[in-house]
Amino acid sequence: MSTLYYTEDHEWIAVEGEAATVGITDYAQKQLGDVVFVEVPEAGKTLAKGDEAAVIESVKAASEVYAPASGTVTEGNEALGDAPGTVNDDPMGDGWFFKMTLEDPSELDDLMDQEAYDSFVAGLE
Amino acid sequence: MAHPDASNAPLRTVPLDALHRELGGRMVPFAGYAMPVQYPDGVLAEHAGTRNRAGLFDVSHMGQVRLTGPDPAAALERLVPGAIRALNPGRQRYTLLTTESGGILDDLMVANAGDHLFAVLNAARKDADLAHLRAHLPELAITVLDDHALIALQGPAAAAVFAPLAPDSADMRFMDARTMDVMGVPCFVARSGYTGEDGFEISVPAEAAERLVRALLEHADVAPAGLGARDSLRLEAGLCLYGADIDTTTTPVEADLAWTIGKARREVGDFPGAEVILAQLRDGPSRRRVGLRIDGRAPARAGAEIVDDSGAVVGRVTSGGFGPTMGGPIAMGYVPARLAEPGTRVNLRVRGKDLPARVATLPFTPPRQQKGRP
Repeated sequence: MSTLYYTEDHEWIAVEGEAATVGITDYAQKQLGDVVFVEVPEAGKTLAKGDEAAVIESVKAASEVYAPASGTVTEGNEALGDAPGTVNDDPMGDGWFFKMTLEDPSELDDLMDQEAYDSFVAGLE
Repeated sequence: MAHPDASNAPLRTVPLDALHRELGGRMVPFAGYAMPVQYPDGVLAEHAGTRNRAGLFDVSHMGQVRLTGPDPAAALERLVPGAIRALNPGRQRYTLLTTESGGILDDLMVANAGDHLFAVLNAARKDADLAHLRAHLPELAITVLDDHALIALQGPAAAAVFAPLAPDSADMRFMDARTMDVMGVPCFVARSGYTGEDGFEISVPAEAAERLVRALLEHADVAPAGLGARDSLRLEAGLCLYGADIDTTTTPVEADLAWTIGKARREVGDFPGAEVILAQLRDGPSRRRVGLRIDGRAPARAGAEIVDDSGAVVGRVTSGGFGPTMGGPIAMGYVPARLAEPGTRVNLRVRGKDLPARVATLPFTPPRQQKGRP
């Protein structure tokens, strides 16, 4: 059973021990509009918390996905290369961006849980 | 169509503001107006709907202007290189306000409405254009139609959808423009648009706009489309966005808009910037606006550097994004004349990476306006 955390930049990170999966939230994909291009990091890439980890281009603009925590990428979601719209259709599921091994799980303490993120988003609308 | 501005002034609203919100339009600041950038279906669906059926666009933020006076066509020719005097009643033309140094102050549509000229100006430029027109054409009365909405119905189904509401529209061809009854209300209708598709632009009194738009939206082939789709459609159609692809630093010849310069106007050279523009027509410009197709999937946006095979930066992308009909990234930008030939390889620098691209013929998508008599 994984635990979900959220950033103020609208990334989610699902954590199970030291293994984590990162993506963007439903709110983020709605704000971006139709996603037309995604560039995910390759396995082996080391990321510090806050680093630019992936690029996402919608019909409107380019934006970055930041690493919610430090660690090493174990897998990028290559399927998004040919099907970037998956980020719109299933942002919390098949639209994940990359998996990583966390360096310091205590970094997650700064992130929001589901309840905190829901009220954060409610405050933006 | 003009580039958005970023000022914090309170936004003006268009007559259909409430309807856009009711339809779920996402309202964004554009040229000082709150305008729908997309509806719930999203830009890709709105784009495809316009190419395959019909899209309904509100372009009421644009400036609608009536020029009245003894000979408004002769007067306007003092400010544009287009053949306005040669424009027959009921016809419309795309033209440019030029500067003394050959740059472009705005691009606009001008129609001969019989006893006056009707012009449509870019929203972001309309205040500057009006000041320019009034300063240089004091003999004309220049009236802004603030009490009119401007609706664009675009796409292959537009004519069949519009004809029952405006029977007089049926025999119009591309760039015909005249007053006619639409649902019993006199409107100024042009068979034109900025998507590369057949369609109409309808100047309708503000109080009648909602009834007309609701009637159009009732048709199964019509869906509302926002500024996002308008931008991707015009980019595929190779059409310029003022403030991005053209401005006071680009000439009509560099911008590949020399076709807008009337033949007789070239011979006489009596328009602002004629010296520079005619020299470029004679000798060729040093740079040209071209289409660019990128090999991969990553789009190059406005501002991206264009790099030649020696690695030198030779120009910049002025418009770029994903072309939904093309299914891939497309762009426009200026390159040196030696690189302007379609097929020429260049690189577009995005986030420090050079994306392979080649110069492409414009428009990207085949134009489908109703050029002949229907």
